[in-house]
Amino acid sequence: MGHRLLSYLLAAVFMLSGASAFAAPTIKIGALFSVTGPAAFLGEPERNTAVMVVDQINKAGGIKGKKIELIVYDTNGDATKAKQLVNKLIKNDKVSAIIGPSTTGESMAIINDVEKAGVPLISCAAGIKITEPVKKWVFKTAQNDSLAVARIYEYLQKNRLNKVAILTVSDGFGQSGREQLKAQAKKYGISVVSDDTYGPKDTDMSPQLTKIRGSKAQALICWGTNPGPAVVAKNARQLGLKMPVFMSHGVSSKKFIQLAGDAAEGLKLPSGKVIVADLLPASDPQKKSLMAFVNDYKKHYRAEGDHFGGHAWDAVMLLKGAIERGGDTPAAIRDQLEKTRQFHGIGGTFTFTSQDHAGLGKDAFVLVEVKNKDWVIVK
Amino acid sequence: MEQILQYSLSGIATGAIYALIGIGFSIIYNATGIINFAQGEFVMLGGILTFFFLDILQFPLWGAIILAVTGATLCGLLFERLAIRPLAKATPINLVIVTIGGSILIRGLAMLIWGKDTHSVPSFSGDNPIAIGSATLLPQHLWIMGITLAVICLNKYFFYHTINGKAMRACAYNPRAAGLVGIDVKRMVLLSFVISSAMGSLAGIIIAPLTMTAYDVGVMLGLKGFCAAIIGGMSTGMSVVVGGLLLGVLESLGAGLISSGYKDAIAFIILLLILFIRPQGLFGKAETERV
Repeated sequence: MGHRLLSYLLAAVFMLSGASAFAAPTIKIGALFSVTGPAAFLGEPERNTAVMVVDQINKAGGIKGKKIELIVYDTNGDATKAKQLVNKLIKNDKVSAIIGPSTTGESMAIINDVEKAGVPLISCAAGIKITEPVKKWVFKTAQNDSLAVARIYEYLQKNRLNKVAILTVSDGFGQSGREQLKAQAKKYGISVVSDDTYGPKDTDMSPQLTKIRGSKAQALICWGTNPGPAVVAKNARQLGLKMPVFMSHGVSSKKFIQLAGDAAEGLKLPSGKVIVADLLPASDPQKKSLMAFVNDYKKHYRAEGDHFGGHAWDAVMLLKGAIERGGDTPAAIRDQLEKTRQFHGIGGTFTFTSQDHAGLGKDAFVLVEVKNKDWVIVK
Repeated sequence: MEQILQYSLSGIATGAIYALIGIGFSIIYNATGIINFAQGEFVMLGGILTFFFLDILQFPLWGAIILAVTGATLCGLLFERLAIRPLAKATPINLVIVTIGGSILIRGLAMLIWGKDTHSVPSFSGDNPIAIGSATLLPQHLWIMGITLAVICLNKYFFYHTINGKAMRACAYNPRAAGLVGIDVKRMVLLSFVISSAMGSLAGIIIAPLTMTAYDVGVMLGLKGFCAAIIGGMSTGMSVVVGGLLLGVLESLGAGLISSGYKDAIAFIILLLILFIRPQGLFGKAETERV
C-alpha cells in the first residue's frame, strides 16, 4: 500500500512539474469552424487542415521559438453561436488572432465583435461583403465569386460566344453568382439572353433547359452546388443541348463528376488550383504550397485535400508570416497581415493592401474541363 | 411551340412519380383516416437503400432493387407496429403528429447511417436519349411510366378482385361495420402501411437514377405526392394518377412558359385552391359523411 501511495505522489509531482514546463509562453490562435451542422462540408476539412498545419509548425519549433496554441470551437453553422464563441475566444481565451468562421453569414455576424475588441480575423468564407467595404481587422482567404465569373467570361469573349443563358440555384450562392453574372456581362461584351433559376432541392431541370435550348444562347452557365448542377448536366445531355455548358466553382470536386457520371464529360468550370495541383506547370508560383498541402492532407487524413481545407491552410500560413515579421500582439499581427505581398498560398497569390483585404486576383482560378472522369486544365 | 411537347413529356414522367407517392398516401388514409407524413421518407429509403445495396454491398442492380423494396417495406411494417398501433385510442390528429415525428426520426437515422452526401444510382438501361418528335426522353423515363402503369394495374386488381383488397375497401367505408362482419381491421391497417411503403420505395428507386438520392429527398417528393393525392380526392384509383400527372405537367409548363422561380409555388397554389374550392378532390362527388 505504502509503495502505491508513494508512486501516486510521485506521479502527481511529475505531472505538476510537467505542466509548468509546458507553460512556456504560447501564441494563442482561436478558430471558429462549423464542424457539424449543414455547413460541415466546409468546417470539417477546415478544422482538420488548421490542426494539421499548426501541428507541423509546432513540431518545427513554433514561430520564433513560441509554440502556437490553437483553440477550435464548433459553431454548428449557427451565426448566434458564432457570436457567443467569438466573445469567449476574445474575453476568456484572450487569443491574438482568429481564423474562420466557415460561412458568410457567421462571418458577418462576428465582424462587429472583432472590430470592437481589436483582434484580427481571417475569415474562410467567400462572401464579397465580408471585406467590401474594407474593415480594419477583417481579412479573408476564400476567393470572391466575381473572380470565377470573370474567368468564364474571359474564355467566352476569347471564343466569341457573346450570348449566354444563365441557370442559377435560388439560394445565397446562386443569387450572388447571378448578380455577378449579370453585372459583369457588359464589361466582356456579353448579353444574358435567358435568366432562369431552380430550387436547391429540385429534381428535374428539363423545363428550364428546354426553354434555353429554344433561346438564342450560345453557351449555358449554371451556378450552384451539388447536387443541382449534376441534375442539370444529366438533363442537358438528355435534351441534346448543343451549346457548351459551364458550371461554377461550387462543384469543383470529384463528387460532382461521380454524381453526373457521363453527363459531366466536356463541362468546363472555373476552379481553385487544389484539384489540379499535380497538373500545374512547375513554373506556377503556387505549385509548391499546393503540393505540400495535398500530400500532407492525404497522409494525415487519408482523404483528398480540398478548397475548403485550403482556405484554412492559407489563414494559418498568413498568420505565421505576419507573426514572423512583426510579433504576436493583435495589433502587430493586423499591421503585418496588411503588408502581406505575393504570398503564394492554396487559394491563390495573396497581396493585401489597406484597400484590399481579400487579396486575390483572377489568377486564383483556372478553367478546367472534365475529360475521362478527371480534370484537365483549359489553356 | 414545339417545346410544349418536351414540357409535357418531362411533366408526365415527374407526374408519374407524384402519382405513385400519392396513391401511397391514399391507401393509408382510406384504411386509417390519417395522413401519413412519413410517406416521403419511404421514397427516400427506396433510393438510398438501392444505393447502399448496389454500391456498398455490391449486389447486382435487380437484387439491390428487390432488397431495397423489402427493406423499406420492413420499415413501414415496423413503423406501424411501433408507432401507430400502440396508440389505439389516439385521435387522428395525434396519429398525424406521430407520423411527422416518425418522418423526422427516419430522416435523422438515414443521415447518421449514410451521411449528408448525395449519392448517384445508375440508370436501369443506359443514358442514351430517345427522340420523340422534337422532344427527347431517357430510357429511365420509360421505366418510370411503365412501372407506374404496372403498379396501378396491380393496385386496381388487388382492391377489386382479391379478398384482402375488398376487405380493405370495406374498412375504408366503415371500419366498425367491417369489424362486425369479421374483418380484422388492425391487420388491414398494417397491410395498408406495408403496401404504401412498398409503393413509395419503388417510386424512390425508379426516380433515383435521374434525380440522385440523399437523406433529405423525401420531404419535397412527399409533399408533391400529397398534393397529387389531394387533387385526386384521396382515392386509390385513377383520379390520384390523373392528379399526379396534372401536377407534373403544370409544374413543367409553368417553369418553362411562366418562370422557373414559381415551379414549387404552382404545386402548392393548386393544393390550396383544391382545398378551398373542391376539398373532395377534382373528380370526387361531395360526400357528406367524410369530413
